[in-house]
Amino acid sequence: MDKPKTIVEKIWDQHIVHQEEDKPDLLYIDLHLVHEVTSPQAFEGLRLKSRGVRCPDRTYATMDHNVPTIHRHIIKDQVSKTQMDTLKQNCDEFNIPLADIDHPDQGIVHVIGPELGLTQPGKTIVCGDSHTSTHGAFGALAFGIGTSEVEHVLATQTLWQATPKTLNVKVNGQLGQGVTAKDLILAIIGKYGVRFGTGFVIEYTGDAIQSLSMEARMTICNMSIEAGARAGLISPDETTIEYIRGKRHAPKGNDFEKAAADWKALATDDGATYDATVEINADEVEPQVTWGTNPGMCIPVSASIPSPDQADSANAKDEIERALEYMGLEANQPISSVKIEHVFIGSCTNSRLSDLQKAAEIIKGKKVNPSVTAIVVPGSHSVKLSAEKEGLDIIFKQAGFEWRDAGCSMCLAMNDDVVPAGERCASTSNRNFEGRQGTGARTHLVSPEMAAAAAIEGHFVDVRKLTAPTPS
Amino acid sequence: MEPIRKHTGLVYPLNRSNIDTDQIIPKQFLKRISRQGFGQFLFFNWRFDSDGAPKKDFSLNDPKYKDASILVAGENFGCGSSREHAPWALQDFGFKVIIASSFADIFYNNCTKNGIVPIQLTEQQTQELIDHSESESYTINVDLENKLVYGPNDFSAKFEIPDYQREMLLNGWDEIAVTLTHEKKIDQFEIQRQTLY
Ligand code: SF4
Repeated sequence: MDKPKTIVEKIWDQHIVHQEEDKPDLLYIDLHLVHEVTSPQAFEGLRLKSRGVRCPDRTYATMDHNVPTIHRHIIKDQVSKTQMDTLKQNCDEFNIPLADIDHPDQGIVHVIGPELGLTQPGKTIVCGDSHTSTHGAFGALAFGIGTSEVEHVLATQTLWQATPKTLNVKVNGQLGQGVTAKDLILAIIGKYGVRFGTGFVIEYTGDAIQSLSMEARMTICNMSIEAGARAGLISPDETTIEYIRGKRHAPKGNDFEKAAADWKALATDDGATYDATVEINADEVEPQVTWGTNPGMCIPVSASIPSPDQADSANAKDEIERALEYMGLEANQPISSVKIEHVFIGSCTNSRLSDLQKAAEIIKGKKVNPSVTAIVVPGSHSVKLSAEKEGLDIIFKQAGFEWRDAGCSMCLAMNDDVVPAGERCASTSNRNFEGRQGTGARTHLVSPEMAAAAAIEGHFVDVRKLTAPTPS
Repeated sequence: MEPIRKHTGLVYPLNRSNIDTDQIIPKQFLKRISRQGFGQFLFFNWRFDSDGAPKKDFSLNDPKYKDASILVAGENFGCGSSREHAPWALQDFGFKVIIASSFADIFYNNCTKNGIVPIQLTEQQTQELIDHSESESYTINVDLENKLVYGPNDFSAKFEIPDYQREMLLNGWDEIAVTLTHEKKIDQFEIQRQTLY
């Protein structure tokens, strides 16, 4: 029998165009997603050298980072507008399909790829965006690239890549009631740190992962880069296949059945070996809240903020002190006592229909705390329409949330959705870096359910307390 | 890109870990559509207060580092966003070499595509460089060909860099032109890969 292989090895082997000793492999890229921020210089590079786009039909563009989520067509910032206009011109010039601001398929690039069925198991997928790892949820090898590489893929549909090392993140047990995929990935990064995945492709395995829905799997893979890994993926199974069935760009009829069989065969073989393995027990994971300025600075909602005195090195002590100062927090303060002024439900981590459904369940019939400004930004135009069909918009609006149009929005605050300096936001996004949501803004990463609960209470609270069945 | 073989320059120490690309260049400056002119925005939120005045307590504002071209920092330098604006800003500001005890993958790659040499040294070696350059004006030499960093106070360290990336930097190659020499193979691959679905 052939040597057992991991899914990463299988996908890799299927995409090698050229191999030479002591060199990276030249890897074929099946799908290249493009957005307005990291592409203009790449297209300019092509023009300077009179090069074309090799496969416009393997390229798909959208506008997400800059777009307004309210008054769609009033783009006050001329520089943002130029960037969007430039993408439109580039896509016209090079014949690339584009879901622009008025297009029914517009949305965050990592939300629409899966939604349209462009994202499929076994594909190599790249985008000038570090959260491209999201697409790994389907068993695709998907990773973020810089603008020079964007240009390289546009021109050649390939990339030079060294064979990656593989890291098995094995999640045993099952997540408890009220504990989500977001809590799990935060807990993993909290436990192993923000660089344990550097140099690796992560494969998430184990019972807890297999029980997750596709949208929850996307939340997990999305944050692989927060652990340092360029890519994170999950072997395809029935859940994967049923999610793709019927999607616009998915194969149809017999072709689909044939594809599905191929996809299932990609799953990591029994007995395949990884370069490294870490484990975590899902049973023990509690709802998480980040307290600091990187996603690894996170604690269970029942815990208190760490003290610099607990640090194991001078550097770590320094880091905690700087984070506490930036965040305006005290060591040893219970995180549940921290009051917030903003809630953001959105971003490529948590803005899909099921995320909004779960947040709406918590919000239903309740009111946003008067001290809190809360917004919901669906991940795509299509998510927005589906949510409205179910009346989720009414639930959010009645509770006092603003209901916005699709885009990246307050995840990185490149448009007008900015958290003011010194103010605090419970956010379902993926990065709590200094200034991420606005200069001086303080970000706490949480799940949609935890964000909804914080919106109601005005401070962090264990969402399980809000949903616990009242004794009769 | 410009070839780089050897470089001698003043060291600027930034003794922090996990410096993410949001700090290297904040998002409000990512809207330009050219590659030039990002240096003025480097470490913007650390360098300037809300009125745009330089912050006295941020070391890069210290005139003694004005001519620095080698940045030395703690581990996981360049983590976070894939924005190539980060190396563009560092380069435009005058940095040609970045030394750290570890790098984020995408940032490391992005450096090598722009003629910036990323050098990974041990924690102890980076700390030594940081200590020297914090206490005195400290100029060191980088020899990419021989994968060597050396300078006063008997500092000398070998480093590793993948051969492919070293060659690219040494020769300043246009990577796309190199790849296009394999165009026939790409054509063949595409023909073979025409599957049913
Ligand atoms: S939602 Fe945030 S993390 Fe996701 S692509 Fe947009 S800016 Fe990046």
